[in-house]
Amino acid sequence: MTETSATRGLIFNEPLLWEIGKKGRIGFSMPEHDVPDAPLDKEFIRKDSELPDLSEVNVIRHFTRLSQWNFGIDAGMYPLGSCTMKYNPKVNERVALLPGFAEAHPLLPTSLSQGILRLMFELERCLAAITSMDAVTLQPSAGAQGELCGMLIFRAYHRKKGKPRSKIIVPNTAHGTNPSSATLCGYKPVGISINEKGILTPDAVAALMDEDTAGIMVTNPNTLGFFEENIQKISEIVHSKGGLVYGDGANMNAVMGIVDMAACGMDILHLNLHKTFSTPHGGGGPGAGPVCTKKYLEPFLPVPRIIEEKGVFSLSNDFPDSIGKLHAFYGNVGIMIRALAYILCMGGENLKKASQLAVLNANYIKEKLKKVLHLPYDRTCMHECVFSDKNQNPTKITTLDMAKRLIDFGFHPPTIYFPLIVKGAMMIEPTETESKEEIDRFIAAMEQIVEEATNQPDLLRNAPMKCKVRRLDEAQAARKPCLAG
Amino acid sequence: MRYFSHTPEDIRSMLSAIHAGSIEDLFSLIPANCRMKKNPDIPPPMSEWKLIRKMEEMAGDMPSSAYRSYLGAGRYEHHIPSILPYLLGRSEFSTAYTPYQPEISQGTLQAIYEYQTLTSRLLGMDVANASLYDGASALSEALFMALRITKGKQIAMSKLVHPFFREVVSTCFAPTSFEIIELPFLDNGTTDISKLKDMEDLGAVIVQSPNFFGCIEDLRKVSETIDHQKTLLIACFTEPIAFGLIHPPGDQGADIVCGEGQSLGIPVSFGGPGLGMLACKEAFIRNMPGRLVGRTTDLDGKPAFVLTLATREQHIRREKATSNICTNSSLCAVTALMFMASVGGSGIRKLAQLNHDKSEYVKNGLKAKGVRIPFSAPTFNEFVVQFENGFSKKYEKLLQEKIIPGLPLSEFYPELKDHYLICVTETKGKADLDHFIEKVTS
Repeated sequence: MTETSATRGLIFNEPLLWEIGKKGRIGFSMPEHDVPDAPLDKEFIRKDSELPDLSEVNVIRHFTRLSQWNFGIDAGMYPLGSCTMKYNPKVNERVALLPGFAEAHPLLPTSLSQGILRLMFELERCLAAITSMDAVTLQPSAGAQGELCGMLIFRAYHRKKGKPRSKIIVPNTAHGTNPSSATLCGYKPVGISINEKGILTPDAVAALMDEDTAGIMVTNPNTLGFFEENIQKISEIVHSKGGLVYGDGANMNAVMGIVDMAACGMDILHLNLHKTFSTPHGGGGPGAGPVCTKKYLEPFLPVPRIIEEKGVFSLSNDFPDSIGKLHAFYGNVGIMIRALAYILCMGGENLKKASQLAVLNANYIKEKLKKVLHLPYDRTCMHECVFSDKNQNPTKITTLDMAKRLIDFGFHPPTIYFPLIVKGAMMIEPTETESKEEIDRFIAAMEQIVEEATNQPDLLRNAPMKCKVRRLDEAQAARKPCLAG
Repeated sequence: MRYFSHTPEDIRSMLSAIHAGSIEDLFSLIPANCRMKKNPDIPPPMSEWKLIRKMEEMAGDMPSSAYRSYLGAGRYEHHIPSILPYLLGRSEFSTAYTPYQPEISQGTLQAIYEYQTLTSRLLGMDVANASLYDGASALSEALFMALRITKGKQIAMSKLVHPFFREVVSTCFAPTSFEIIELPFLDNGTTDISKLKDMEDLGAVIVQSPNFFGCIEDLRKVSETIDHQKTLLIACFTEPIAFGLIHPPGDQGADIVCGEGQSLGIPVSFGGPGLGMLACKEAFIRNMPGRLVGRTTDLDGKPAFVLTLATREQHIRREKATSNICTNSSLCAVTALMFMASVGGSGIRKLAQLNHDKSEYVKNGLKAKGVRIPFSAPTFNEFVVQFENGFSKKYEKLLQEKIIPGLPLSEFYPELKDHYLICVTETKGKADLDHFIEKVTS
């Protein structure tokens, strides 16, 4: 590799906001005080809030400088496994900010909310079509809240049947949110291991599934990047004991237009609009985690539901079996607008093509990098592949060192140390929006880093060198927490 | 498709490099009976221009800027400085992931640290987290947090906490054995706390201020009524602009403060995304839900910021985590920070006073025209009125005249027939307000 994408550039130091502030400034255009003063009684009045006073220019410069210390998907490849960091189309931003949407109050009479209700209804129909499920709620604010919604439906369903259950099967490869969400609903997560091919087996599920087990949570494709080939058989086993199958759709980007989730036996499935459907991650949210179900679980979905009658939309709370409300209003509508814009621009054929290219990119990386990195499960993968640092053990170079060194080459590191079942895991998900050239550069960077690990290991141990800061003292941060200035 | 870069030649050469005959080969491990039989039934791809037209049509079916809305009740119309959408359009903020790699995420990390700091100051608390989904989820998480600390079995919740927040709490608490006891309200529009002293195993009390009727509650009195060793006071809010002017909950003895931050520069957007704000006393840090950013140093001793105390969180603790929340509302927290920075301490006091004064102007104007103001407690920027019997007909007429005259309350409080919740913010000029008073009383 002759020259890396990343180079040095001029960035600025920037103090904390309250170090810039000076009493007497303001960055807000205060509307005219055109009504009589109506002072509140003194007993209600606070002392100064100590928010710093800044001018508009202070604020603009502060945040512009801060932004320059960040790496975003528009700057370069962001191959975080299971996070689906694909390109976030700009037209989606444009339409989400249309005043008719952005300024719409959630308690408007339905006669004045037809446009937005129609949009939400159309998105529900699209998501149902993409997954082959029957009913959709858009209310959950993120994947984890979708899981919570799903687990509450599990609970409501079993109670309705008159037989509450106490356990749930959660594979050891699952995201941490799965066992955490299940616990919130009173279920004891029971771990289950994968086989030598990296997938679940019907036998292992049969050995655990009983009539006190509410069902199973399955991420498919799983976090090793493999399709759970036995999913139908597993679903049959779970159903035969009266249980339900929950699908974590975090990895849906691999199988749009390809896999029929209903045919797989999924009863409930959540999607992440901020992964599969291209809405920006926002540095950690807001996202959205719609939940799709089969027809017979529809009565349990959160209220209000959007109802269409003769082209007129309304919101209905008339679902006596519903688990109730999960969001103060209807969920993250601003995110839904972006996701629908994406789906409409793509159409069914391009959604399928996105999955195909995502899988092609991942397999290309897997085949090229397995020559230099340890690949614990060497099989055709879906949209992501998982390596480990086993080959580097003799030099004591770790996954963390390689990840940090990637930054110096201009790439965001992959997801590291997850899934937990692979020691020193490096989980790479390129997504479909990375070009062959960019992926070739990424592969070349990894090859060079692996070589450096043997010949110049200090380059890795000291990485990154090109960022505003070097590696941080995380132990100090946790030992003596300083969470406010 | 413009979001793809692969040429047919790229695809051929990549397939050949991995010894695959076709893209379909890569999916050969998916059993036939798990496959879709045909492409999903969604419309064919739209051009950018056709999409914009379609979206504009749907947005055009919503109220235009000619409408004057007096709706509040948990989502508030405030002016948003032009610099906010401009700065938020910087994709370094918007397209980044959760800042797990601090060396290339210092922008988000410093911003969140600043958000935590300014939130703590605004609410009068020691520490704030990096955000939760929305006000309702923040309340539910605050309750779980309080009960982890106190181990109490009962929860007392004011009936003047936002009705939708209370519904979310009851959804999230359905699988638990905690008992939720509702505190009724007094004639003056504030919470009746007389029942509190009889509760034996009370783990948390929740009071919202300003409450759903817009009335300012006496949180100090609630705080003095309970034994904080056994019972934590959770103060909830939906209108944080109020704390630019009135006592923040932290100054009045609240142990945990939580609520909705949409007012701070975030578009209403039909109710979401919002911003779940949560702050607490320092002693409770390790029981907090959600992410936290802390200050530390790098290898060279330079100050820097990093996600910290992650051992509370689901990706480390799994079923033993303090919360299942992963993705939160980070960009909305940054929005709120930009808003707080723009108005500043002096500005937020003026803005809050302006909201209060305009709201009082309408309240007094209606009162002068004979409209009943049923609750006597002081209010911030919204208040309840009782219109004449059968006002709902006039309501429909006013909608036609592009006035949305507040929220009918009978759906939430059946005993409050003909009562409406009216919100007045800085977005209305005196002429609008005079017109409104005239129209609803004529």
